[in-house]
Amino acid sequence: MINDIKLRSAFAAAILGIMTGVLFTGSASASGDAVKLAKQEWSFKGIFGTFDRGALKRGYQIYAEVCAGCHSLDFVAYRNLQEIGLDEDTVKEIAAEFEVEDGPNDEGEMFMRPARPSDRFVAPFANEKAARASNNGAFPPDLSLMAKARKGGPDYLYGLLIRYHEEAPDGHEIAEGMNYNEVFPGHQIAMAQPLYDETVEYEDGTPATMQQHAKDITTFLTWTASPEMEARKKLGIKVLLFLLVWTGMLIALKKKIWAKLH
Amino acid sequence: MKLVNKVVLPVLDWVDYRLPVFSYARKNLIDFPEPKNLNYWWNFGSLAGIVLMIMIITGFFLAINYTPHTDYAFASVEHLMRDVNYGWLLRFMHANGGSMFFILVYIHMFRGLYYGSYKAPRELLWIIGVAIYLAMMGTAFMGYVLPWGQMSYWGATVITSLFSAVPLIGDTIVTWLWGGFVIDNNTLTRFFVGHYLLPFVILGLVVVHLWALHHHSSNNPLGVEIKTPGDTIPFHPYYTIKDMLGLSVFLIFYLGFVFFAPDFFGEPDNYIEANPLVTPPHIVPEWYFLPFYAILRSIDNKLLGVIAMFAGVCILFALPWMDRCRVRSAKFRPIYRQFFWIFVANCLLLGYIGAQAAVEPFVTIGRISTAYYFAHFLIICPLICKFERPIEPPESISAGVLEAEKGA
Repeated sequence: MINDIKLRSAFAAAILGIMTGVLFTGSASASGDAVKLAKQEWSFKGIFGTFDRGALKRGYQIYAEVCAGCHSLDFVAYRNLQEIGLDEDTVKEIAAEFEVEDGPNDEGEMFMRPARPSDRFVAPFANEKAARASNNGAFPPDLSLMAKARKGGPDYLYGLLIRYHEEAPDGHEIAEGMNYNEVFPGHQIAMAQPLYDETVEYEDGTPATMQQHAKDITTFLTWTASPEMEARKKLGIKVLLFLLVWTGMLIALKKKIWAKLH
Repeated sequence: MKLVNKVVLPVLDWVDYRLPVFSYARKNLIDFPEPKNLNYWWNFGSLAGIVLMIMIITGFFLAINYTPHTDYAFASVEHLMRDVNYGWLLRFMHANGGSMFFILVYIHMFRGLYYGSYKAPRELLWIIGVAIYLAMMGTAFMGYVLPWGQMSYWGATVITSLFSAVPLIGDTIVTWLWGGFVIDNNTLTRFFVGHYLLPFVILGLVVVHLWALHHHSSNNPLGVEIKTPGDTIPFHPYYTIKDMLGLSVFLIFYLGFVFFAPDFFGEPDNYIEANPLVTPPHIVPEWYFLPFYAILRSIDNKLLGVIAMFAGVCILFALPWMDRCRVRSAKFRPIYRQFFWIFVANCLLLGYIGAQAAVEPFVTIGRISTAYYFAHFLIICPLICKFERPIEPPESISAGVLEAEKGA
């Protein structure tokens, strides 16, 4: 049965080949002038990874105090904040700071009311045109899915947030009102450097460095992009453990049944 | 036991006499004689069938939560991911299931190529299989459009525009596919309907595929026909347990992606809502289309490129008449066996080229690789058949199995 062994290893090689093909697709399309992203140690990495609750709360604070001025978070509702550890009353208070249009009322008029926990995050601008008008023609993208919508994911976001240069290096022309960023494709980004040391004051005593800020907001945005991650991994471990045991039993059973043939 | 003997069995007999479902199931799922020497490469057909069922079931639940409208499609998928109980599980099982389906079917097809499963009397079985593969490609393409992300939109733009290469009626076909003069809501609704309809066409084809399969039973690693009942073993319990074991191992692989790397096969760009005004820097099809994408791009003329791409798939229909060697299994075909592996490597190379930007040296490599792909079927297979001197296969399956046991 030498052929079978050969075939088996060939199968393994083929699967590997497919995998590398897919991986190459990723790296090749990201090439061009993309820089190498430093891999960070994320609390949510690996099959047992979970979101660092402190980082999530600090990250939300950064979103609220820094990002929310320009960036929407369309797919997240205020009630979702309870999942990162804010209590119900705090969530109600946070929601009530914003106004949403509702109606029509019995008179047929639309009216404004304070947002409720069930409402989605209120966007800073009414529409894309308004956003562009306030941002030098640039459109600040929605951040809900940002951590999944860029190659490199969290490492990309982190790199983007900390790798600004005040002066563009020689040979790079930067247009009026634009900024030089090492990580952004083309290096010319409309967003000014958003985070510095002590941009936000933390309540829990965490040192407020720029790196810490970047790490916290990235953790928060990874949660907004994949709020199911913890439940997914938890269920996955159970399912895979079951399947491993089940496979072991089936191997034994298969051997037993086939033994009758010989 | 009394209840079973007195009530259940007579009822079953009554039904079976009028509609022989039970004896039919017994004949085809329990007693069915399969060659006794099938190896694990024969697991992939039934695995693909199971994945088809998983796709149809998860797809049903996705569809009841999905809104086929350009304004709501993207948001409805996010609603499913965030607000529907286990919506993320359904979607990730479906999205990764698509990739799994192709992995399984590609292995299944290469299995057929290696062991000559397309040869008489299984030509139609093979042809129906290629039809299933074509229907899968259409289904997968339309399904990828539904989340209405950037790759959905631009992938649809690239692929549907190919039809404009058809002489005279090309533009009419494109307008008809789009349901208008641009890709818009009409396109999305018809793709949704198509994506829901085609899987049932696949299901129908699978039934015919199995019908043909069960007429002459499976081919086997030795490639010799069943001659005596001693060559066979009943499907149950031997192959039911073997298929279940294979399924379990496959599920570990599949669900590993679903739970721990659900976006592995996806493109980050598809988490950006479709925007007709912003073209992504690299539009790449899903990985399972890459070899054919490479063929398409290898030819400068648009029409010829499109013809070559479709010919790349359709040439498989003609395979039973390209390779007329009377010996089926590559085990006994020393030369064909080597060219088979070169062909596999060439397919992987084409897939790699399909993922690269259209620059040198990839363009030239892609052209050579494309030429080789067609040459394998049109030149190499017939030539091998003419000049190869196959090793004489064993008399029967039993003889072959005995021989192998002695050798080992």
